[in-house]
Amino acid sequence: MTDMSVAYPERLTVDQLQIAPSRRHREAIIRYTLLVTALVSVLVSALIVWILLREAWTFITEVVWADTWGQQGWFPRRGLYDIPTIIVPSLIVTGIAMVVAGPLGLGAAVYLSEYANRRVRSWLKPALEILAGIPSVVLGFFALTWIAPNLVGPIGRNTFGVIGAVILLGYAAVSAGIAKAKIKQYREGVADPSARVGAVASLAMLVAVFAVAGAWILGVWLDFAPNNAGSLAAAGIGVGILTIPLVASISEDAMAAVPDSLREASAGLGARKMATATTVVLPAAISGIVAAFIVAISRAIGETMVVFMAGGAADAARFTDSPFEGGLTMTAAIASLASGTDSVVGEGLTFQSLYFVGLLLFLFTLTLNIIAARFVSKVREAY
Amino acid sequence: MSMTDEAPRLIERPVAAAAEPQAAEPPPAAERDVVFRSHDVNVYYGAFRAVRDVTFDVPKNEIMALIGPSGCGKSTVLRCYNRMNDLIKDARVTGAITYRGTDLYDERVDPVEVRRRIGMVFQKPNPFPKSIYDNVAYGPRVAGQKKGLDDVVESSLRKAALWEEVNDRLNDSALGLSGGQQQRLCIARAIAVGPDVLLMDEPCSALDPIATARIEDLMQEIKQDYTIMIVTHNMQQAARVSDTTAFFTADVRSENDTRTGILVEVDTTQKMFSNPADERTENYVTGRFG
Repeated sequence: MTDMSVAYPERLTVDQLQIAPSRRHREAIIRYTLLVTALVSVLVSALIVWILLREAWTFITEVVWADTWGQQGWFPRRGLYDIPTIIVPSLIVTGIAMVVAGPLGLGAAVYLSEYANRRVRSWLKPALEILAGIPSVVLGFFALTWIAPNLVGPIGRNTFGVIGAVILLGYAAVSAGIAKAKIKQYREGVADPSARVGAVASLAMLVAVFAVAGAWILGVWLDFAPNNAGSLAAAGIGVGILTIPLVASISEDAMAAVPDSLREASAGLGARKMATATTVVLPAAISGIVAAFIVAISRAIGETMVVFMAGGAADAARFTDSPFEGGLTMTAAIASLASGTDSVVGEGLTFQSLYFVGLLLFLFTLTLNIIAARFVSKVREAY
Repeated sequence: MSMTDEAPRLIERPVAAAAEPQAAEPPPAAERDVVFRSHDVNVYYGAFRAVRDVTFDVPKNEIMALIGPSGCGKSTVLRCYNRMNDLIKDARVTGAITYRGTDLYDERVDPVEVRRRIGMVFQKPNPFPKSIYDNVAYGPRVAGQKKGLDDVVESSLRKAALWEEVNDRLNDSALGLSGGQQQRLCIARAIAVGPDVLLMDEPCSALDPIATARIEDLMQEIKQDYTIMIVTHNMQQAARVSDTTAFFTADVRSENDTRTGILVEVDTTQKMFSNPADERTENYVTGRFG
């Protein structure tokens, strides 16, 4: 060691410990360049919101409000802007998508993080991620040419519909049972936050399943869906498939972040895997799981191509609240009006109506994010 | 489930062994009540043999210490007794371990049932991110118990000498407790299941000396109800708390770069620390090695 040491002077001066001037300038340039790149993205977002608000404001102040509510439908080129005509299909599609993606995505996440061994995981996770890489236009085509005629179409007429309704009702009964048990647990004052989370989750599931089951039964009973064309249900199932990987991978990341020491503690107390997953891992990962659902809902409500292709309506639509009919979602309304050579030709406010719908979408996702943040801060079990 | 009714009863089990005097020279293990017998136990992680040919008995209602240098496989051995190694992928146990006369590794044995009888306390306190109450009630709840949880929680916390400190804030998060309190909570949580044996894997290594002393006192108080096995790095701790001691060491083979844990010697703690039979034990307990 001694032969490698540098001969240090008895006293050092500040000059000898200073940064070289050229080096100092380079540091400053790097710093400000990075600041500019950060500011550009913020600026672009701010500009988009500004233009959105400006054009939407024109629409809000100049539109004849009597023409935006209670009319027979969304006919923007004729100045009829019935807002519920495009909001209700958006909600239907999102609801169906979540009924498809929620249980499948969460189930896949629990399996991957708690059950799968390394070998299964090594091919199952990449396979899920490939599903995320399928372009939405491909899924839109799939929804239109396969889901619509084979899954949704037959409901109106034959036994598939009855079987589907029975399965859905069974599903509803199971979630009702879970909800009841969880609510009872919670009421008994055992003060277990997981019981509250479970109650909320299974109640939400119950409502969603009942809504779909009701629509399904109504469809069978009223002999809807006489043709195999696109419908909101077909689009919803397609969007659901699109969002499965989102729910699965974000939830799985959240569960994988829960320390193994908690799983060991639970196993050491005689808990089976399912008990550990539902009473330790899920409550500890709830913020990530809620985030996964919020992201998935935002993605579903903002998804355009699948609903545009398989939703069964374009340009204009009459009001519908049946998942088995064609309908126009907010995104499809914007896309179909803005595409083609005659894009946004119409009366005076047709162009601005697009911005208004865009603003509505923006507010939807913003509200969702705020609700999610509140919910998460309340029920989170931080470890 | 049967444990539902059993759990509270086990906790309030009459203290049968209390009268047994702390004789200076207890009879050899074979003649006393034995909870575990292990014979030629080997533990493999994949192709790697972590522990080789371990054979010894664990006497009932005593504290047995497993000591030895790092990497000698003492924690691995401890985790065989509640089938915790099952959770590690590729881990394999050969040889025979019997628990009260039954082969623990019989294919019909459910590891979950084993763990309800053989509780575990870990090196780092690992309370769930739940309330103090929910932590203690966790085991009985997953076993299906719904009624009488308040009593189980109170008696378990009393046994773990934590009740006085937390009875006014049972619904507060367990993570707000100090490290020593968290570890006593983990002991209470293990006791609440109504176990027969407590396995403690270096329970004091993350604690300060005062908290350590409290845990050691606690072990002395509860050993009349439970059989306790403790892994410890701390020889003074082994000498202070245990009745019998097993000394493990690592058999290092430099030619193929393997490190396998082997059992050197088991005897009463008194004998192990004053007059061990094996030279390696003597070197270790006198501080000349490890």
